[in-house]
Amino acid sequence: MSAPARVESSAPVDQPATGAGTTAATVQYLLRLGDDALVLAQRLGAQLTRAPQLEEDVALANIALDLLGQARPLLARAGELEGRGRDEDALAFLREERDFLNCQLVEQPDVDFAGTIARQLLFSCYQLPLLQALTTSADEVLAGVAGKGVKEVAYHRDHAVQWTLRLGDGTEESSRRMQAALDRLWPFAAELFESDDLVRSLAVRGVAVDPASVRPRWDADVDAVLAEAGLARPSSVRVATGGRRGLHTECFGYLLAEMQHLARSHPGATW
Amino acid sequence: MPVTDPSPALQAAVEPDEAALAERFERTVAAEERIEPRDWMPEAYRKTLIRQIAQHAHSEIIGMQPEGNWITRAPSLRRKAILLAKVQDEAGHGLYLYSAAETLGVDRAELLDLLHAGRQKYSSIFNYPTPTWADVGAIGWLVDGAAIVNQVPITRCSYGPYARAMVRICKEESFHQRQGFEILHHLSSGTPEQHAMAQDAVDRWWWPSLMMFGPPDDASPNSARSMAWKIKRFSNDELRQRFVDMAVPQAEALGLTLPDPELRWDAESGHYRFGAIDWTEFHEVLRGNGPCNALRVEHRVRAHEEGAWVREAADAYAAKHAARAGAEVAA
Ligand SMILES: [Fe+2]
Ligand SMILES: [Fe+2]
Repeated sequence: MSAPARVESSAPVDQPATGAGTTAATVQYLLRLGDDALVLAQRLGAQLTRAPQLEEDVALANIALDLLGQARPLLARAGELEGRGRDEDALAFLREERDFLNCQLVEQPDVDFAGTIARQLLFSCYQLPLLQALTTSADEVLAGVAGKGVKEVAYHRDHAVQWTLRLGDGTEESSRRMQAALDRLWPFAAELFESDDLVRSLAVRGVAVDPASVRPRWDADVDAVLAEAGLARPSSVRVATGGRRGLHTECFGYLLAEMQHLARSHPGATW
Repeated sequence: MPVTDPSPALQAAVEPDEAALAERFERTVAAEERIEPRDWMPEAYRKTLIRQIAQHAHSEIIGMQPEGNWITRAPSLRRKAILLAKVQDEAGHGLYLYSAAETLGVDRAELLDLLHAGRQKYSSIFNYPTPTWADVGAIGWLVDGAAIVNQVPITRCSYGPYARAMVRICKEESFHQRQGFEILHHLSSGTPEQHAMAQDAVDRWWWPSLMMFGPPDDASPNSARSMAWKIKRFSNDELRQRFVDMAVPQAEALGLTLPDPELRWDAESGHYRFGAIDWTEFHEVLRGNGPCNALRVEHRVRAHEEGAWVREAADAYAAKHAARAGAEVAA
């Protein structure tokens, strides 16, 4: 399997991540990945009992469980490297909205099943090549999560592709809804591939993968599915951004309020 | 490969008459062997099984709602993962059971329509609300616990597909009960607020759990026939007693009180004696007047109706592709 190219650099890719600056950057990077997985799991978990058929309740729960299973070790690792005594739960339940670093795509609400599938398609086509490249990360925990996640996300992507084909090439209504969902979510896709100094410096050290490097593969995969499904690639005018800096869409505060309420109501309690 | 139809005379000679078939059915059941979908069975046996398996399947999927209510709010990521897995299991149980029912010549869509129209029932226990996190624990411990007591004997049911579905289901139910017990154990030994939350949930779920075994034996008209057919192995009251005997020491281990002042150990019989069940409440909930009857069915119907266009799309896609594949073969 050939991993997508990392950012060009003269530094050896397997150089261990050392130094306070790198550690702090790694924490941020782990939070970006962990929050993506956690927030998407939260959205999907809310769909359980609401799917169009029982098989989909099972499938969406599976995907949510996989993502939650990725989020937990990533957040735990972030807390460990941070060294301030925060575990996965402190990071999930006690951070403020401005401290969440997930992309805005994963927080977008489930308007209908087409929206759920479109969000899955856009995200899993990005996450799969990303995790494939991260299997050789210099951070062992990250490499481990990526290694396990590759198999899971290959299934997530296949699930999203199969439904995109069915909705795109199903009935007039399903095609219309699927196209509308893609049009609605497309502005949030660009953020997935945003690169900044933090991720570039970690990529040089072999810890991270520059998300920009997976864009060609994403474009090819998504275009192929849309073409087969008879759907048009939306021509995005607006490009949403900010998630990696803790800026979120308005719906996100409600997601956090719901997720965090009980844990915050009992400070110091364990469950 | 179909060959030419046998002549009517030959057919009559090949097919044994109904009395012989009935006798074979009775012998199979008496010998503790399984009736399989292809076997002849009395129409009333088939109808009883369809009703029972459908009701069981409906209970699994309606039962996803009260606990599903807490997935987004579970207080730790570990609890969230366990709860997601548990509610997902219940969807899987629904699937196995609808498949078992389908072997009797009905289909899932038909059964769901009957559920949605209020013409088939599901376990009344799910018509109670889950206002606190401790309710998730109480459901796992008491409701899944009662389900295990009810279902383990069904693994020996005379109808093969139902018995086999139950074997798979029972394995998962014991994990469900354990996680519920563990939730309550944590709460009971946690902060005073957590302990109170656990006690409150047990206070609310105890009596409805006892009602899960159905009306007392002297008021359970269909039981005798189901026992004779080996669909049912123990009476409602026997199973209820078994559950109480199991739950009382577990409540002690949890440090929680069961809300029954008459509950006491009876050394003579070797059983716990318990107070009178309020059957008026049971019948009210059964009649549709429980706190959540309307809510549960509405939620189900909404998911079904909102998903109609998706199911239609999948059917249309399958039809188009079958037609294209057919055209390719023809060409
Ligand atoms: Fe179940
Ligand atoms: Fe269960």
